[in-house]
Amino acid sequence: MADTSVNRPSFIALSRRPWFWAWVASAAAYGATLLLIDGGGGIDLIQAALTFAAFSAIVGIGQMFVITLGPGNVDLSIPATMTLAATLSLKFMGGSAGLILPGLVVAVGVGFSAGVANYLLIRMLRIPPIIATLSASFLYQSLAIWSNRGLRIKPPQALSDFTTGTLLGVPNVALVGLAVALAAWVLLERSTFGRWISAFGQNERAARLSGVPVEMVRALTFIGSAVLAGFTGYLLASFSGGAALNMGTEYLLISIAVVVIGGCSIAGGYSNVPGIWGGALFMFLIVSMLNSYGLGAGFRLMITGAIIIGIVAAASGRDPQ
Amino acid sequence: MHFGAVRALDGVSLTIRPGECVGLIGHNGAGKSTAVNVINGGLTPTAGTVTYRTTGTGAASARAAGIRSVFQELSLCPNLTVEENLRIPQRDLTGPGWRRRARQRIADALDTVFPGHRLQPRMTVGDLTLAERQMVEIAIGFAEGAVPARLVILDEPTSSLDASIARQLLDHVRDFCNRGGAVIFISHMLGEVFDVATRIDVMKDGRITDSRPRNEFTQQGLIDAMGHVATAPAEARKETSAAERIGDEVLRTDEGLTARRGEIVGLSGLAGHGQAEALARFFLSRSKGRRHARHPEVVFVAGDRGRDGIMPLWSILRNATLTTLPALSRRGIVDREAEDRLGADWKKRIGIRTDNMNNPILSLSGGNQQKVLFARSLASTAPIVVMDDPMRGVDVGTKREAYEMIRAEAAKGRTFLWYSTETEEVCQCDRVFVFRNGRISAELTGDEIDEQHILAASFEMKEPAE
Amino acid sequence: MSSRFRILLPVLSLAVLLAAVFYMQPRAMSYFGLNLLFNLAVPIALATVAQMMIIMVNDIDLSTGTFVSFVACVTATFLNDAPLVGLLILAGAIAVYAALGALIEARQLPAIVVTLGMSFVWGGLAVLILPSPGGSAPGWIRALMTAKPPLVPMAIVASVLLAAVAHFVVMRTSTGAILRAVGGNARAVSRSGWSVIRLRAGAYALAGFFGVLSGITLVGLTTSADANIALRYTLLSIAGVILGGGEFTGGRVSPVGAVIGALTLALAGSFLSFMRLSPDWQIGAQGAILILVLAVRLVFARNGRRKEAQHG
Repeated sequence: MADTSVNRPSFIALSRRPWFWAWVASAAAYGATLLLIDGGGGIDLIQAALTFAAFSAIVGIGQMFVITLGPGNVDLSIPATMTLAATLSLKFMGGSAGLILPGLVVAVGVGFSAGVANYLLIRMLRIPPIIATLSASFLYQSLAIWSNRGLRIKPPQALSDFTTGTLLGVPNVALVGLAVALAAWVLLERSTFGRWISAFGQNERAARLSGVPVEMVRALTFIGSAVLAGFTGYLLASFSGGAALNMGTEYLLISIAVVVIGGCSIAGGYSNVPGIWGGALFMFLIVSMLNSYGLGAGFRLMITGAIIIGIVAAASGRDPQ
Repeated sequence: MHFGAVRALDGVSLTIRPGECVGLIGHNGAGKSTAVNVINGGLTPTAGTVTYRTTGTGAASARAAGIRSVFQELSLCPNLTVEENLRIPQRDLTGPGWRRRARQRIADALDTVFPGHRLQPRMTVGDLTLAERQMVEIAIGFAEGAVPARLVILDEPTSSLDASIARQLLDHVRDFCNRGGAVIFISHMLGEVFDVATRIDVMKDGRITDSRPRNEFTQQGLIDAMGHVATAPAEARKETSAAERIGDEVLRTDEGLTARRGEIVGLSGLAGHGQAEALARFFLSRSKGRRHARHPEVVFVAGDRGRDGIMPLWSILRNATLTTLPALSRRGIVDREAEDRLGADWKKRIGIRTDNMNNPILSLSGGNQQKVLFARSLASTAPIVVMDDPMRGVDVGTKREAYEMIRAEAAKGRTFLWYSTETEEVCQCDRVFVFRNGRISAELTGDEIDEQHILAASFEMKEPAE
Repeated sequence: MSSRFRILLPVLSLAVLLAAVFYMQPRAMSYFGLNLLFNLAVPIALATVAQMMIIMVNDIDLSTGTFVSFVACVTATFLNDAPLVGLLILAGAIAVYAALGALIEARQLPAIVVTLGMSFVWGGLAVLILPSPGGSAPGWIRALMTAKPPLVPMAIVASVLLAAVAHFVVMRTSTGAILRAVGGNARAVSRSGWSVIRLRAGAYALAGFFGVLSGITLVGLTTSADANIALRYTLLSIAGVILGGGEFTGGRVSPVGAVIGALTLALAGSFLSFMRLSPDWQIGAQGAILILVLAVRLVFARNGRRKEAQHG
């Protein structure tokens, strides 16, 4: 983003923007897919991409804020929080349309509690966040297993319709994801809090000595990540017709991958929001491209992995400074 | 030798013979570190050559020629033991029994350089104090190895050592040179250089401007040779104004540190005797919570810029406004015009040498980075300013400007808590607390503030006189 | 934390957990009982040591689980059917690990992302080799893992052996010292003329080697493999290293501690079945133990930290 690096003559080339390559790669994957599914299907593909990318983008944004805090700051509890929030909120709603909003409150509340718990572990045990969220995720996962009991409760019909529906051709879920992204952009680029996060990520000790309320920043960041994870769990379960115990699993890797592909620094202090959406679209489009080329699951996984590594290796050439 | 567009070394010709101890002195940025890095093969000159006793160039042949470097910044591995750290520079320590040999070598070196030390080769470096680590590092530089040490480069070797240990080192350096070794001794302590060097080379702007046997120099002559106006011993502080500006007591800590409104309070004593910790404790206890972010009661000026101050990815402007950010914001959103105005104002006030405040902070020299850190803190409304040895590695010109700035701010009613390792700076203060072993050992005021009183309070006396 | 305390806590936590198990189920205090308790400990311990090699050089391996799964698939197919091909594949896998280490250092990449990408790659390869659960364990490894040495069960013999070997390699040899130095202060190491690229590649190769052993021993116990057989190992191995007193940065690791940490985690699973708790809580219990140990460690560390603070 221009403003994270005001130091650089920032308006020259679009290609110098950190999120540029994620969008180029997404477009390339989209084009390559279209070549194969001759004629038609282009709109459907975009809709599907926007929908699925929205889920990755929302958790990815939470993860992005956490990763911005610097090395060792990763939220590994995202999948477990998603599953737990989805399970509990769907159980609470029990398919009743009147409880949609209270159900949302439950999901967000679960996320909030998980975030607070994560933060308290980090604070009180003084352990790296990666370990705190890892240990906590074991507990959340057990809670989800225990409360789920293998039952698959359907979401309320209206909620299900909303999450699968579109507005003027744009999937509702994508609109929600864009709104979250917009809010995150303002927070990161324009607010005091965004500056504090970036300062924290560059040098926590110096931030503390400069009067940045580092503990508050850390707490809010982890709570934010967990809330977004809970919210995504709620949306995803409603979208796919119920909560499943493994529904969050793939989002651990995806949430980190979109942050990296989006051009954020894994070393912290330097992030951008458009890249998260670019990375999320890319992660979906690359899979559909490989699918359309008729490659099996094994090849799909391998190529996805190779691309992630290729992107980081290529990105290491363009330093955020 | 070029760094980017800057010519760091220009036609330096330096010959070092066995038995010589060359004191290399010069101002910040004069090219001492670059010269040293060319000698030890860490950098390759764009033109010219380095010749060793052995053939070849580069770091490997420098090592083969017995050139050892002890750098200013610590280069030990804190997770390894003392003996294991010797393994890093000494590549012949392999195979069965390597550990025993390493232990022997490092123990011998420590015994020779620092007789009476209490270090064990099996201690983990991370558990040692800063001074002890520096001792280990020096010992590694002199330790026996496959290639014996012929030229040892000591870059500010005494920065964390107290006087008695530093004396042991100087004695050893002399001894080492008498036995045919050679030493390049870089220090800003001119007394040490005079004490130990056989020849003194003065560097300025990437050249060696003067090179003579030690006894042909005087301290004043050296300072003149470095090209800067001699720092006249603290020109008479304006006692009259001090009396007027100092008001009521504004702080008192558990250690017994007190300060009054408008007062410049110095913390002194040997390095590492609890001054920095006292400051940090005080700062942290007074800077908690949300309210503090907007109306700080106390602000901190870091001296260790890399560790405690600079945000390396940011522009000068963002670095300067970090502390004042809440005051520049409305509803949590930063008012960027107000931020620009503040930046422009401080650029003018303290003379940050840049054409654009949006340039990266790392484009500035150390002294100018330090000014940005001053601006960061002083731009706030905080009545108390804590400074942790803020003039480290800052040139004399910048120091002068900083002294004036501090006095001007104090005149406006600000209180300064100023820890410094240099007596000259401490003499700028109205009152000085001398620390020893983590406690305040003396409180000096007025005319008592001089080197003698500070030294007397810094050292343990034999008989329990106090 | 002082290095002396580092090993104390893992030992203590394992002892406490073991005592609790014995108290609740005295019959576990037998050859057969111990064998049952630590049944799956060996592959976990090997994976933990592999993870430790990576953490030792300040990186983290998010692909441990998929890598072990991949090795398990190779073991149950190629190594069983055509041992030479199998060995070549596994040697190639170790070489890939070494290459990753070199790549990460040479281009200064974030290991967490590279290994994340690799987890997709290993997972994909595993699916290609073994699309559905199956294969069978080579006889020799089956025999080795089910061997019944006198007095002490195989799992414990193997763990002690592993701890001894890992301790020797990492803590005693001169190569181990320089590898740990990379984690402690890579700049100092490279300034002394070492190739950090080669050193990091070496650490990764060691991780690959122990990962391969983990996959092979796992198949020896389960007799067949599938592509998802060891996914949990990523998190378990990280947890094991930390439980064992390792730290995330600075090259502060303890091989003996890592093995003990892995045993503790393995025991946590068995512990629950003795408590007659629902298996739903098995994962949760591992998390709880991790948190508990870290809490106790904080109390231990407090003394040391106070001392450090005085030194500044």
